[in-house]
Amino acid sequence: MLTFTIRRLLLAVPTLLFISLVIFLLLKLAPNDPMAQVPLTVPPEVKEKMREALGLGAPIHVQYYKWLVQMFWIEPQVLIDHMTGSTFAEGKLRVISWQTRSPVMDIVVQRIPQTLWVVGMAYLVGVLIAIPIGIYSAYKQYSIFDQIGTFISMIGYSVPPFFSGVLMIVIFSVLLGWFPSIYDTTLVVDSWESFGKQLKQMIMPVMVLALQTTAQISRFMRASMLDNLNQDYVRTARAKGLSEQVVVMVHVLRNSMIPVVTVIALGVPAIFGGAIITEQVFKVNGIGQLLITAIQANDLPMVQTLTFMFAILIVLFNLIADIMYGILDPRIRYD
Amino acid sequence: MTIKAILMGAACSFVIAPAAMAERGSDGHLNIIYWQAPSTMNNYLSGGTKEMDAASMVLEPLARYDETGAIVPWLVDEVPTVANGGVSEDLKTITWKISEGITWSDGTALTSADVKFTWEYCTNPDGGCANSNYYEDVVSVDTPDALTAVVTFGVPKPFPYGPFVGGNTNIIQAAQFAECVGAKAQECTTENFNPIGTGPFMVDEFRPNDVITFKANPNYRDPNKPSFATVTFKGGGDATAAGRSVLETGEFDYAWNLQLAPDVLSNMEAAGKGKVISGYGSSVERIMVNLTDVRPEAGDERGTVAKPHPFLTDIKVRKALSMAIDRGLLTEIGYGATGKPTCNVLPAPAIYASSANDACLVQDIAGANALLDEAGYARGGDGIRAKDGVKLSVLYQTSTNAVRQDYQALVKQWWGELGVEVELRNISASVFFGSDPGSNDTFQKFFADVEMYTNNFSGTDPESYMGGWKCDQAPTPDNQWQGNNMPRFCTEAYDALVAEMAVTGDIDKRIMLAKAMNDTLMQAYVMLPITHRSDVSARSNTLEGVRMNVWDTETWNVADWTRAK
Repeated sequence: MLTFTIRRLLLAVPTLLFISLVIFLLLKLAPNDPMAQVPLTVPPEVKEKMREALGLGAPIHVQYYKWLVQMFWIEPQVLIDHMTGSTFAEGKLRVISWQTRSPVMDIVVQRIPQTLWVVGMAYLVGVLIAIPIGIYSAYKQYSIFDQIGTFISMIGYSVPPFFSGVLMIVIFSVLLGWFPSIYDTTLVVDSWESFGKQLKQMIMPVMVLALQTTAQISRFMRASMLDNLNQDYVRTARAKGLSEQVVVMVHVLRNSMIPVVTVIALGVPAIFGGAIITEQVFKVNGIGQLLITAIQANDLPMVQTLTFMFAILIVLFNLIADIMYGILDPRIRYD
Repeated sequence: MTIKAILMGAACSFVIAPAAMAERGSDGHLNIIYWQAPSTMNNYLSGGTKEMDAASMVLEPLARYDETGAIVPWLVDEVPTVANGGVSEDLKTITWKISEGITWSDGTALTSADVKFTWEYCTNPDGGCANSNYYEDVVSVDTPDALTAVVTFGVPKPFPYGPFVGGNTNIIQAAQFAECVGAKAQECTTENFNPIGTGPFMVDEFRPNDVITFKANPNYRDPNKPSFATVTFKGGGDATAAGRSVLETGEFDYAWNLQLAPDVLSNMEAAGKGKVISGYGSSVERIMVNLTDVRPEAGDERGTVAKPHPFLTDIKVRKALSMAIDRGLLTEIGYGATGKPTCNVLPAPAIYASSANDACLVQDIAGANALLDEAGYARGGDGIRAKDGVKLSVLYQTSTNAVRQDYQALVKQWWGELGVEVELRNISASVFFGSDPGSNDTFQKFFADVEMYTNNFSGTDPESYMGGWKCDQAPTPDNQWQGNNMPRFCTEAYDALVAEMAVTGDIDKRIMLAKAMNDTLMQAYVMLPITHRSDVSARSNTLEGVRMNVWDTETWNVADWTRAK
């Protein structure tokens, strides 16, 4: 298992390098201009000067090399400096966003908490709701509960957040006035009152996102449970005289969780990627909003860094999913 | 409690009460939403409106435009003019006298050295300053004493209010930005996010593209202002959500740039929590007509004056295209109460607006058809007009935007009634308004027959804007397709008018010249203006003192904003 993990990690290095090159070239080939958002009242020669100041005049391979050095050499130094108080990175040029002229990683660090709170919480809530629904729907297949569960999953699958989010805002913010329609990212939770505020502003985005997660995971859970419920070992367990609760919750559930855990693990990178649409709708301004605004402004270093971070997370969580598979199911061994 | 104590208490409360009425910070917290979030507080590095408005909470120019477009003194006692001796007779120098006692938020005094430094900062060739055009022709800024700054121009400047006037040219503190000149400007994150200013507020925390929190500047020159103690300047979402947060839920006090469908906006306003406010600047949605041949067959000379357009060079065709457009209907559909149909490319400030072209407000399809008949374009079997084998078939491009696509569809229908075939195309705004000379889809390269977009100018003086249609302003391969003369319009008469304006100081003559230039362009039908667009914002009913300003920043008088009692 260890050699497998090491081999996979080593293989990940060229994979990620290749991904970064592809992202870089794709962004370069796009005919967007980082100065397109600058108003027309700014004369073209001034725009040209601004472009040069951003380092856009340099040849493509030089720009790519600069990014690689900044990303893999200088940024880790900044991290070490931050943790140990050393000064390795002092005076070195970091990955700088074209929109804000500030280090990309600083903004990412600023945005991560919002995204983790809202999108992470939604994922957690979604999973916690989905698993019991999946179990019960499978156990009582074609019951009214199962039918309703299926119906809600269908809604979760098919209604996009730009509809459900706005619908929630219109109902709960505009008509009822219960929750704020705009997420306050500056809120510091330091008392019960501010905790209440945080809870209030999180409810709507978390619910919109959780609906989607629930829909997906509960379908997986139900299908996996159904597969196992008809297995011979379940009949054996029942024949032994075990109670229904032990049969379902211990024997069947454990075996059914194997594929579901993989699906859940593979969904984790998406949390860090944020939720582009939901974040926009509720003004959460997390990683998703950061990515979409960077794309609109053609802020190449920002888009490049963010998408590359997603690539790392996806590769990493694929590996974690594979390892967990092996741990949960002793029959699976990679060596 | 003794009687003496009670009397003392009563006396004290009398003394305190009137002061408390207008005390700094007495109105608590102000919430502003800009759905496009500011990415920096240093507007010299962005040039965008959102950054300019955010910076204007903190940084200030020497003088600025009020909501009527008049120049008002801001950090100075009076605006220099030739009449008061502040501007030299040869129109080459302007002398600014900074008011006594103005300090930065850190308590140090504002001096003419800061003014000089600001000019040096923005004109440094490696700095990438977005507003360097405002300092064009400035050869020196001298500081004879701590409060006097003398700006010298290399050429006579009939309108010397480019530098240090309006929200584009705020004064920055020399002490703070001394290390941030030139290429270093891009790396000074702390300074760019937390500039020290003379304005009513100072930055508490800046989160790029997310939210800015401000607090009142304790050293602001008026001890009773600003009346708000803290401000949240939130970004993110879209125009609809921003409008909703002010007009429907009342969570925010001020929302910027609400270009929404007219019925959406009026429905929101009906909720009764706030008011839609608007102001007409110089923004005009117009169709540009290309006078050059853009077909690929034209080869290297594609899109240049060397290859004239096969039929759009005929003024009768251009005029017919203009006559067929119902500007009133388009404006009603696209902008409702926030737009006005117009026949001028220079409709504002009002003193410059010509009335010579107003006939275009009435659609005349029959007249347009007659004009094309007269010009010799006959309808073929397919209903499309042609002359000498050249079909009247145009490619009509614009940026991707729901209102623009509505305009395109209607115009296509009307031109179809003339027997003109129209192919529509829309291009993502980030490509269309980009200026990559390698892309064939930019509005400057203009590889289409007609294109539509909005343009405007900042400030109130139209000289450089109207100068954009000189012959040498045409985008060509030689200048990497830069320039504002999209139609590639070129006449000696027009260039002469531009040259004359550059040396004319008298305001009445300047008005006459600007009108003449506008009329020349309009009567040549190289541009077909459609809608004079207003800037639309919304304010809460509880927010008072807002004076919507299209000539400067919308936050220009934020020091005077108060909470309704």
